[in-house]
Amino acid sequence: MEASAIIDILQPLVPGAVFEPGRSVDFATIYVPGDRLVETCRALHDTPALDFNVLAEVTAADYLPREPRYEVVYHLLSVSKRLRLRVKVRVPSDGSLPSVQSVWKGAGWPEREVWDMFGIIFDDHGDLRRLLMPEDWEGHPARKDYPVQIRKATQTYEPLEVSEEEFKANIQRDRVKRTAH
Amino acid sequence: MAEIKTETMTVNMGPQHPSTHGVLRLVLELDGEVIQSVMPTIGYLHTGIEKTAEQKKWQQVIPLVERMDYLGAQSNSLAYALCVERMLGLEMPQRVQDIRVLIAELQRLASHLIWLGTHAMEIGAVSMLFYAIRERELLLNINELIAGFRFFPSYIRIGGLREDLPRGFHEAVNEFLDRFPTKMDEFERLLTKNDIFRRRTEGVGAISLENAYQWGLVGPIARAAGSDYDVRKYFPYCGYESYDFTVPTATEGDVYARYRVRIAEMRQSVSIAKQAISRISPAGVWACDDTRVVPPPKDKVYTEMEALIQHFLIYSQGFTVPVGDCYVPIEGPRGEHGCYVVSDGSNRPWRVKMRAPSFMAIQAIPYVVQNGLIADLVAVIGSTDVVMGDCDR
Repeated sequence: MEASAIIDILQPLVPGAVFEPGRSVDFATIYVPGDRLVETCRALHDTPALDFNVLAEVTAADYLPREPRYEVVYHLLSVSKRLRLRVKVRVPSDGSLPSVQSVWKGAGWPEREVWDMFGIIFDDHGDLRRLLMPEDWEGHPARKDYPVQIRKATQTYEPLEVSEEEFKANIQRDRVKRTAH
Repeated sequence: MAEIKTETMTVNMGPQHPSTHGVLRLVLELDGEVIQSVMPTIGYLHTGIEKTAEQKKWQQVIPLVERMDYLGAQSNSLAYALCVERMLGLEMPQRVQDIRVLIAELQRLASHLIWLGTHAMEIGAVSMLFYAIRERELLLNINELIAGFRFFPSYIRIGGLREDLPRGFHEAVNEFLDRFPTKMDEFERLLTKNDIFRRRTEGVGAISLENAYQWGLVGPIARAAGSDYDVRKYFPYCGYESYDFTVPTATEGDVYARYRVRIAEMRQSVSIAKQAISRISPAGVWACDDTRVVPPPKDKVYTEMEALIQHFLIYSQGFTVPVGDCYVPIEGPRGEHGCYVVSDGSNRPWRVKMRAPSFMAIQAIPYVVQNGLIADLVAVIGSTDVVMGDCDR
């Protein structure tokens, strides 16, 4: 199905939104305004003529220095209609997006990954924590202005120092515990 | 009488646990043996392959992506190669497509053998692992034959294959394909009607088709719940539409159904591989004829100036890919294995992203095992066939 045909179906369901067909070599691509994303996804999911019941993945690309800087990409799949669609949302460098978890439950982790890697905030996500990177990591590695070869001080913890007397006392304490009953 | 303790207990399972298939960590909240909640923690195997790929030339990414899903290595590189070829507008010769189909199916068999061995071992049939590994060894030998590398052959290249098939390839593949169905019968005699195995798997970790789709699960997990979605049938690539095979399905959606679906898939893979090997001539073309991408043959490099220049251009500067983006899904061993590539028109990819089936499967595990037993959790993880290299990338 062509992108223009999908837009024709969508337009009356999401009145006032400006959809834009995108260039692609594989399957239809449409650009959706970020503030109408959830409505649009709900329509794509619920309309029987489209029936996009699977969200294959969510990802993003950083087009620094272009502005709007990011494109968040949703790959949708309609099993019943044997159809694929790429939904793209342009996001400025300080922008945010609504979460589409209310439409597809499986959007939670992919959105977390996009935040982890690109720092794009998904409002009302509810669980926007680090997913692949460690919890105390700074920065978002997939951004184009993030250095590739990064030198980071190794994180260590204070070595556990136990004197010989303490060690022996611990052993004795454990032995008493074991034989107490 | 002492008071009965009623609070729940929090237990760490993994990251170094034999049944977590690598380094998956699950924080379990337990009420006795019953799971109240699960919180998976992933990322222990995150190696930043997608970021590294942006620094490499197009053809240098192939060995990188093979290290993502290390059990189904060549399905990664197949997805990536198909994606870049689509952007370049390359058409592959029939023989290359047939060899790719054969490799993809052998890769599926190798991956499913590891799944079968580890899954059965975790449920208690330890001997199954040795039988499965023994058969996989023969498949690794075939990898060694074609590329000299057993795990990550990097035999599939952009624009075709690395080189022609070696002598003895047909004999090795035919020998394996003749031997394997009887081994499958042996495996099934051990497990399919095994009372202990069935009691551990039937009715455990069931997921409905609607929920599987909601969680983005496509592949063997969805097919065990009644879906007939298979990328090879729905969006054929490499000429899969010309092969005669069926898509095995089940309706129960539980661990045992996933086992039956994967076992039937292995038999179908043998059938496809037999069809493919009968189509492949022992010698012939192994790449397309596009000189931008495919390096000229070595004898020409030494005798012709143009070929020498072309050789140097490809290996020093690489080739460029038109501006745009492309997503190509293939049916990997674990489900839809997609590759999304963005090009800015230069000799390096702007962005490479793999759609990881294990990533989506682990996301759904807390939902599937809610209110089940810890022992069932082990069965469920085994049946989803997650690979942490695929999940964390």
